[in-house]
Amino acid sequence: MATQINKQLGDNVFLTTIDAAASWARANSLWPMPFATACCGIELMSTAASKHDLSRFGSEVMRFTPRQCDLMIVAGRVVMKMIPVLQRIWLQMPEPKWCISMGACACSGGVFDTYAVVQGIDRFLPVDIYIPGCPPRPEQLIKSIMELQDKIKKTGTYNAREFQFRILPDGPKRFDEDELVRIRERNGFKLEEPKYDPIH
Amino acid sequence: MSETKSLKESLESKLTGIPLSWSEFRSQQRVTVPASNIAVALKALRDAGMDQLIDITAVDMLEYPGATDRFEVVYLLLNTNSGERLTVKTHVNEPELKLPSACPIWFGADWLEREVYDMFGIVFDGHPNFKRLLLPDAFESFPLRKDYPVKGRGERHNFPIITRAES
Repeated sequence: MATQINKQLGDNVFLTTIDAAASWARANSLWPMPFATACCGIELMSTAASKHDLSRFGSEVMRFTPRQCDLMIVAGRVVMKMIPVLQRIWLQMPEPKWCISMGACACSGGVFDTYAVVQGIDRFLPVDIYIPGCPPRPEQLIKSIMELQDKIKKTGTYNAREFQFRILPDGPKRFDEDELVRIRERNGFKLEEPKYDPIH
Repeated sequence: MSETKSLKESLESKLTGIPLSWSEFRSQQRVTVPASNIAVALKALRDAGMDQLIDITAVDMLEYPGATDRFEVVYLLLNTNSGERLTVKTHVNEPELKLPSACPIWFGADWLEREVYDMFGIVFDGHPNFKRLLLPDAFESFPLRKDYPVKGRGERHNFPIITRAES
């Protein structure tokens, strides 16, 4: 009987950790913030459009407010007047968040080695994925999203600030064994030392 | 041709005794006016029918072969009735980089003069809202000057760095 139940359960019940489940959900529902400043933005729009259809990867919901996004795609060159704006948008995005640096200009300044163009946004922002190309093909952007999904699934939210002070898994409060002992003593029962797993 | 002649005559009648050097390149008229007379000259040209200011720009003549002045400010004018065009040039030099503003004559000179100041540092007196147009207000150099390095003086990297732990 028990083995039969186990067989049925094995097909329908999955055991995982909260981190893994959350990472799986986050990886498949990335909401991009399109920071498109140049021609890479056209490729970004093309990727989201029907032919390449970024929604197959769960990240079609382009939001133009950083408060609702968790993936910033910096597509195009960023000039020195734009860097404070870019940093403010990055700081306004809620945790956990990721950043894709799309195209040669965002990665390294590209051909614009002038006084006004920042030579790579990774000098001032954390970047997860770099996409080369001038501009990159939509396939490259899709590949980078898939790699970012892999990264999110593998690393999870381990480094996110919201979990910085968490040392134990979240959930219901741990059962207070001492209280049980006190209740039983009050009722006249005497038990040996309770055995419990220190983790569970 | 008679239009151009009348333009030349009307300008020279306003600026008697001032040396104006006229030249022509592929049937485009050019005139060089001393900086001290530029306001009178522009006003006279507007009254003579040049009713649109196409552009104001400047050229840094540093290390230019045969140049005697540092900056050349160029006004491109158009007569929208006759289609006639005129290029007016004037020269300013380093200690006194000042010109009278053309805003009272053509209101469209507003942003053009601000851009020239932004890139070359030439000040236009009498401008209603004189400040930088394109670059941040904290920018201290004038990047289209020839003695300014192409890669800048580190302005593009003078920002706080946000790390993963801080953001």
